[in-house]
Amino acid sequence: MKIILNIWRQKNATSAGKMVRYEMPNVSEHMSFLEMIDVLNEELTKKGEDPVAFEHDCREGICGCCGFMIDGIPHGPQRGTTVCQLHMRHYKDGDEVWLEPFRAKAFPVIKDLMVDRSAFDRIISSGGYISINTGSAPDGNNLPVIKKCSDQAMDSASCIGCGACVASCPNASASLFVSAKITHLGQLPQGQAERDRRAMRMVLKMTEEGFGYCTNTGECEAVCPKGIKIENIARMHRDYIKASVLYREESKAGGAG
Amino acid sequence: MALNLDSKIPSGPIEQKWDKAKFDMKLVNPSNKRKYNVIVVGSGLAGGAAAASMGELGYNVKCFCFQDSPRRAHSIAAQGGVNAAKSYPNDGDSIYRLFYDTIKGGDFRAREADVWRLAQVSNNIIDQCVAQGVPFAREYGGVLANRSFGGAQVSRTFYARGQTGQQLLLGAYQALERQIDAGTVKMFYRSEMLDLIVIDGRARGIITRDLVTGAVDVHVADAVVLGTGGYGNAFFLSTNAKGCNTTAIWRAYKKGAGFGNPCFTQIHPTCIPQSGDYQSKLTLMSESLRNDGRIWVPKKKNDTRPANTIPEDERDYYLERRYPAFGNLCPRDIASRAAKICCDEGYGVGPGGKGVYLDFAESIGRLGRKTIEERYGNLFEIYERITGDDPYAEPMRIYPAVHYTMGGLWVDYNLQSTIPGLFVLGEANFSDHGANRLGASALMQGLADGYFVIPYTMGNYLAQVKPGGVDANHPECRAAKDAVDARTKKFLSIQGKKTVDEIHRELGKVMWEDCGMARNAAGLDRAIKRIPEIREEFWNNVKIPGSGAELNQSLERAGRVADFLELGELMCRDARTREESCGGHFREEYQTPEGEALRDDEKFCHAAVWEYQGDNKEPVRNIEPLAFEHVHLAQRNYK
Amino acid sequence: MSSVAVPGGLQRPATFYQSVVGKKVVMAATGFVLCGFIMGHMIGNLQLFQGAEKLNHYAELLQSLGGALWLIRGVLLGCVLLHIFSAYQLWRIKAEARPEAYVRKATIATSYAARTMIWSGPIVGAFLVYHILHFTTGQALGSAFIKGDVYHNVIAGFSNPAAALFYIVANVLLAMHLYHGVWSMFQSLGVNHPRYTPILKTVAKIYGWAIGIGNVAMPLAVLTQVVK
Repeated sequence: MKIILNIWRQKNATSAGKMVRYEMPNVSEHMSFLEMIDVLNEELTKKGEDPVAFEHDCREGICGCCGFMIDGIPHGPQRGTTVCQLHMRHYKDGDEVWLEPFRAKAFPVIKDLMVDRSAFDRIISSGGYISINTGSAPDGNNLPVIKKCSDQAMDSASCIGCGACVASCPNASASLFVSAKITHLGQLPQGQAERDRRAMRMVLKMTEEGFGYCTNTGECEAVCPKGIKIENIARMHRDYIKASVLYREESKAGGAG
Repeated sequence: MALNLDSKIPSGPIEQKWDKAKFDMKLVNPSNKRKYNVIVVGSGLAGGAAAASMGELGYNVKCFCFQDSPRRAHSIAAQGGVNAAKSYPNDGDSIYRLFYDTIKGGDFRAREADVWRLAQVSNNIIDQCVAQGVPFAREYGGVLANRSFGGAQVSRTFYARGQTGQQLLLGAYQALERQIDAGTVKMFYRSEMLDLIVIDGRARGIITRDLVTGAVDVHVADAVVLGTGGYGNAFFLSTNAKGCNTTAIWRAYKKGAGFGNPCFTQIHPTCIPQSGDYQSKLTLMSESLRNDGRIWVPKKKNDTRPANTIPEDERDYYLERRYPAFGNLCPRDIASRAAKICCDEGYGVGPGGKGVYLDFAESIGRLGRKTIEERYGNLFEIYERITGDDPYAEPMRIYPAVHYTMGGLWVDYNLQSTIPGLFVLGEANFSDHGANRLGASALMQGLADGYFVIPYTMGNYLAQVKPGGVDANHPECRAAKDAVDARTKKFLSIQGKKTVDEIHRELGKVMWEDCGMARNAAGLDRAIKRIPEIREEFWNNVKIPGSGAELNQSLERAGRVADFLELGELMCRDARTREESCGGHFREEYQTPEGEALRDDEKFCHAAVWEYQGDNKEPVRNIEPLAFEHVHLAQRNYK
Repeated sequence: MSSVAVPGGLQRPATFYQSVVGKKVVMAATGFVLCGFIMGHMIGNLQLFQGAEKLNHYAELLQSLGGALWLIRGVLLGCVLLHIFSAYQLWRIKAEARPEAYVRKATIATSYAARTMIWSGPIVGAFLVYHILHFTTGQALGSAFIKGDVYHNVIAGFSNPAAALFYIVANVLLAMHLYHGVWSMFQSLGVNHPRYTPILKTVAKIYGWAIGIGNVAMPLAVLTQVVK
């Protein structure tokens, strides 16, 4: 089948970009969306043109590398699917599609469809962990975890950090991403000791990175390839309010003697 | 000069070797640790865990990954689980049994002492990960759940839905991010290692290319750790991520590190078959599916009837028939080869006859759709998304695909390669898996190496060397950087007619045909002749657009493929010289009358360690003999 | 060494407000107070349908509160100002957070009410000013305004079709604002539970509709001369 692609081409972070039109006359319905762009890139390379840069790695929907806007929706029209798992059988002959990068101040464009999502790493770095050094853990079964809590933690932990939530949000908010981590660790008994600190620091870091706020439109939840729920965002707000009231920084006195 | 292959196995009874080794190791004074710089390349389970753990200890760590974040490493794609000898289910497991199963599963081509240590620390891994907040599956009572997994008769696999690798990696990633925040680890994103710096016989640094700006930089250190994964992409089509490559370990090999058993590759039996020439990669369906799925082909050749219309008595459940004791759960190499045999004989199903059925009808009937959905829901979704078929209604079609490489850089008991100061972890080393890896053991090995082995052995090494002493202006550093620059320039100057991917596909085809699931002398000889021709074409006719001073994905791929083109030949040479069949390495000339792998323990009970001699010169094959004192050398029998 | 400093003491409330979550909490908390007022205000005013005596008596009752009335007015005014101020800041952040707009952007989940919050808000705000000038201080009603005779003022005010129409439009927008705002308020305050959230969402919708219908009913009734 024939597919017409309009792709955002931008040489680097500082140059201006524009939409460029490409015609793909022979697209197989069994191809994945990225394989279609692979084919386009092979042709562009042979013609001596610059191939389209896009992020991808595992192509199994788990690494979180891929992701761009297809017709204004992150990862494209199929729900619960990353771009790499989107297949061309969902399109029909003659369809015209529009591809552009995720857009947010915190996700500057690197080239074409690639953006810099390192703000996510910095947010995790600010508190998205449990402080436990290697080698000091007690036996795994010493700490029973209620199955339901464990399952809910897993629901949130399945976030792949692709950034679709930010891309779809009218406010470019990272609330779904941040709240997923806060929920994952906050649902587990292991995560309680640092729960206030985590909420406090991650929310402040998210603000500092230039992400917007949440207006509860539900766009993020709708496009999340892993089905993360905005229920998490409410939990983040709850934790943050509580932490703002109760959290105390570590005692300056120190413990060493 | 022959390689020094002293395995440095500690003396004493096997169950005390690791404890003894730990005690015998030299220590670095806590206040001196920050004076030592350690480079870790790769941020997956092995590299990420190592960087985090060494950061915690106080070393000055620089960690590099080519992806945009350490959380993207391909460890993330492991679905099934992680093994440990906890024996929580009370079903007869022990460290000894995990050790035994791994040695036997690896077809007696791994070092006993290393495997014992792996089994021993497996329990610590679970504890560590639980403490980090990895949401492992739980029983209703709140304790950890276990399941049985390919090749094991006990339930020792811990899992987090079908995303165990993801969750373990996020645990390591979070530990790493914590150290980055604490300032002990400096992370370099989108940085690819392009060469190793060796000064006075010691690994002292790496050359990297910033994939966004194209800047080529020198990083010096007191020791270098490679946790850069496997080289399955030599086959072009594999279940590896697109970015997985051999460059780091291949560059180290060319700087003098021995390469152990390069031909040992694992073909995973349960992958989604290829659908066309444009195919960019193959997708694995977790082996856990074999717990409840039954594998079969029609009894009639070239049977094109829809699966559901083929009556029960016209189906051949060939694994259950050939291996009654293990049935559908027999080890990966055996299941893969059995599928290949069926398809080669014309019993295959689907386009091109390259597929066998994995059928859940019986399990759905027995357990109900809901239970199957709970266990495999996400896997069934993946299958449906890719193929458009509904596995609840009709059987899946599966076919083997390259999945894991047991071979890698040779390391001693301390995970140190033949270059002092160069340590290799996880899939990148020639590993604990011998000639075949058991399911759920890769995650175990990566984390064991990263969390529990390297922090000790690195300390032992550093305690014996003085920190610092070289900088980026050292002649060796400059020479290495110049070589990298020259290579980049060369790539860009060729401006031929073929794309990098086209040439990579050609290599992949040769590798799959002649060095794949079944190999023979004639095919390997053909490949050893053909690969240099492809290489020649690459260096004369490849077309790489753009420049080196910008983000250039074609250039990145070119560098990786150029290395695969050299490694491919070495894999074939290794396969050619190993005149026996063992594990994933099946030589058609060496099989039992029933078609099973026939080892030759007289001649080949050793690891083959290849030594680089120069471009276009035949490498030298060294050997490290293997001794089996605790597990009897026997033909594997899964009947 | 660490990248985020969490201040304590008196700086804490400022830090709280500085975060994007804090601003939303302020919006939600003030919104909560205003929601309560809107409901009470409407129920009181619906006494219009019970005749002049009843309504005017209610007005007298409110006036008799004296200082308490001014306290309530002060709190309400504070809430309105905070609500508007945080909305303004959040609107600014929104623009900053995505400096370059999409060429194409589809909307999948956002309701019409949620999408128009940024318009319904200011219009309702303008309406509020008019409403006070109209019925509380009387300037907008001019010479027809009789202090204390609320019933008369309402009939006189709504007899002007333009004024009545503005009331109807503004209150439809208010209802929409609440339709999204009430559910959003709970979410921002951290109230979400898989079992109760669907109920809360329904309550929010009913609330929005109720306010809309109740407030539109009054000008409509006068305009159609059901109430004279």
